[in-house]
Amino acid sequence: MSADTNIDNAPILTVDGVPLKQSLQRALRQKRRGAFMLTLPLLIFIFIFFVAPIADMLFRSVENEVVAQNIPRTVAALRSWDETSGKLPSEEVFAAMVEDIKVGRKNRTIGKVARRLNYEIPGMSSLFRSSARKVARIKEGPFKEALIEIRPQWGQLETWQLIKRESDKYTASYYLAAVDARFDSSGSIVAEPEERQIYMFLFGRTLMMSLTITLLCILLGFPIAYLLATLPMRYAALLMILVLLPFWTSLLVRTTAWIALLQQQGVINDFLVMLGIFDDNDRAALIYNKTGTFIAMTHILLPFMILPLYSVMKTIPPSYMRAARSLGATQFWAFIKVYLPQTLSGMGAGTILVFILSIGFYITPALVGGTSGTFISNYIADHISTTLNWGLAAALGMMLLALVLALYLLYDKIVGIDNMKLG
Amino acid sequence: MALPAHVEPLERIWFYTFRVICGLIFVFLIGPILVIIPLSFNAVPYFTFTPEMLSFDPAGYSTKWYMDFFTNPNWQGAVRNSVIIAIFATIASTALGTLAALGLSRAEMPFKKFFMALLISPMIVPLIISAAGMYFFYSRIGLASTHLGVIIAHAALGTPFVVITVTATLVGFDQSLIRAGLNLGANPRTVFFKIIMPLILPGVISGALFAFITSFDEVVVVLFVGSYEQRTIPWAMFSGIREQISPTILAVATILVMISILLLTTVEVLRRRSERLRGLSPT
Repeated sequence: MSADTNIDNAPILTVDGVPLKQSLQRALRQKRRGAFMLTLPLLIFIFIFFVAPIADMLFRSVENEVVAQNIPRTVAALRSWDETSGKLPSEEVFAAMVEDIKVGRKNRTIGKVARRLNYEIPGMSSLFRSSARKVARIKEGPFKEALIEIRPQWGQLETWQLIKRESDKYTASYYLAAVDARFDSSGSIVAEPEERQIYMFLFGRTLMMSLTITLLCILLGFPIAYLLATLPMRYAALLMILVLLPFWTSLLVRTTAWIALLQQQGVINDFLVMLGIFDDNDRAALIYNKTGTFIAMTHILLPFMILPLYSVMKTIPPSYMRAARSLGATQFWAFIKVYLPQTLSGMGAGTILVFILSIGFYITPALVGGTSGTFISNYIADHISTTLNWGLAAALGMMLLALVLALYLLYDKIVGIDNMKLG
Repeated sequence: MALPAHVEPLERIWFYTFRVICGLIFVFLIGPILVIIPLSFNAVPYFTFTPEMLSFDPAGYSTKWYMDFFTNPNWQGAVRNSVIIAIFATIASTALGTLAALGLSRAEMPFKKFFMALLISPMIVPLIISAAGMYFFYSRIGLASTHLGVIIAHAALGTPFVVITVTATLVGFDQSLIRAGLNLGANPRTVFFKIIMPLILPGVISGALFAFITSFDEVVVVLFVGSYEQRTIPWAMFSGIREQISPTILAVATILVMISILLLTTVEVLRRRSERLRGLSPT
């Protein structure tokens, strides 16, 4: 505030005697609150029904209460055992284990412990299950010898080290499993043996296949976007429909169409046989492998590349190319040096968008990918509905989510989420 | 992009080659969608053109797969579920999304960028992760395998589209119109229905259409959160493809393509109307 408008430094007052500054601030606060209140219902809704489920999943990927809950006596007794001592736990621990297994068998909860520990060391499941059947025979001590007699594995340090390690409320073992590593018997992190390393390979395959699909989309999307941007408006609007119709058609419909086209007895194979390119008995395997995933996903994601490219190309004045030509550049060099660099922002936006969408794909790879063309999502779904290893599914999901969010931040840097357009 | 008369032969060849390439890419884009339409009238349960079909023999064609779709209780239940779930999910996401967009487009909105990112997140997070999280969480709170659960899940997935389209419509919105209305004695309700609503209506409707199609086409979340009782058309298609693939699926796909064409036309008409109304484009 300048001095000449406020000579005696007295604050300007509103009609009701409140300083103007204060009054304005209150009005602004009210407006802020008003704007926030409008947004609040959706924020609450999204928070409860979308953010909370994902937070729950994050919790599930480290949560580890099965062991502590279902064999509590053993876990309590193991607390005083030093797992690095090289000696088996005391008689008291074995007694607690016998009691826990007896109770667990009656309540049918011992199977949960068996399944949980079996994720870490295969064979744990049968150890617990067979012990549960025979443990009723043990009436009195010494429990140590009795248990070891049932299954010699009870006499191995590794078994007890595992139980002690997994008796914490939280565990990193799902994340370790998700990166093909585990705790060894001494508690240090080691890589899984070669033949059991699958998830890093799957993540790698998902990324590589997504990258290929993105490149295919650039390759096919660029000419179309260029054509649409340079044609006169009335033709472009008509051809645009050919891009928008697939964009609006259900993903499942398009996947179904590709199954009909690509399968062994499908339209494309029939056509190739008719042309004599393939023998009738030796038809091309175009589906239920990587090829199927590449073709169907490129088709599904192509509009997501064309639309951002088109909107950028639309803003490039054609006079730039004409100027380059008149200054002596050939068509080719004018395109490379003048036109292409100007399309990079659209290409960047399309690339990240297609890549983000691609690495999270589930339905299409599940239907046309067979075993060689499936993505990490398919294994997450598998762990949820088939193997029931929800902790591992959650850990894999969180890693995928972290990857997507990182890419999304990149997208925000390049394009800005406010510029996200639809249709 | 007409070709001037003076160009060199090489450029002329490239010009036509380029057009042929583009033509082929268009065939790739649209071909699969068009091919399923005649295939859905196949008289025999094959996924390819029979010799009878190619010679346009009427005996090679049949509408029996459509009859199957319209009479089979499995499919009819799916249609009913799809419509019910999509309608309620659309209502919920349109109401919540429009209100939120009104708040988000005000200049005074605090932490705008953060809230916008949060509200758009259902569109960004891969569906398998949303589906898995919802499956775990909704089981805990008793919403799994209920219609309400699927409706809520779809409403959450649909809101970003409403927020984005309505916010886009509000970009050119003159906030002083609201003050003028209030100044002239209208209460906030009247201002909303008489001033704001008519202006943002095209955005609200296209947002609602996006929300509807999101729910109507969605399959991953309904596979996890729902069960057979909540089967939607995509659910039934997915399990149909996995179990025994019958041409009824192609008939369903054809019907869905028709619905997409209808929705696409509506959204395009609305978008042009809205741009004309706001004077953004002279077309």
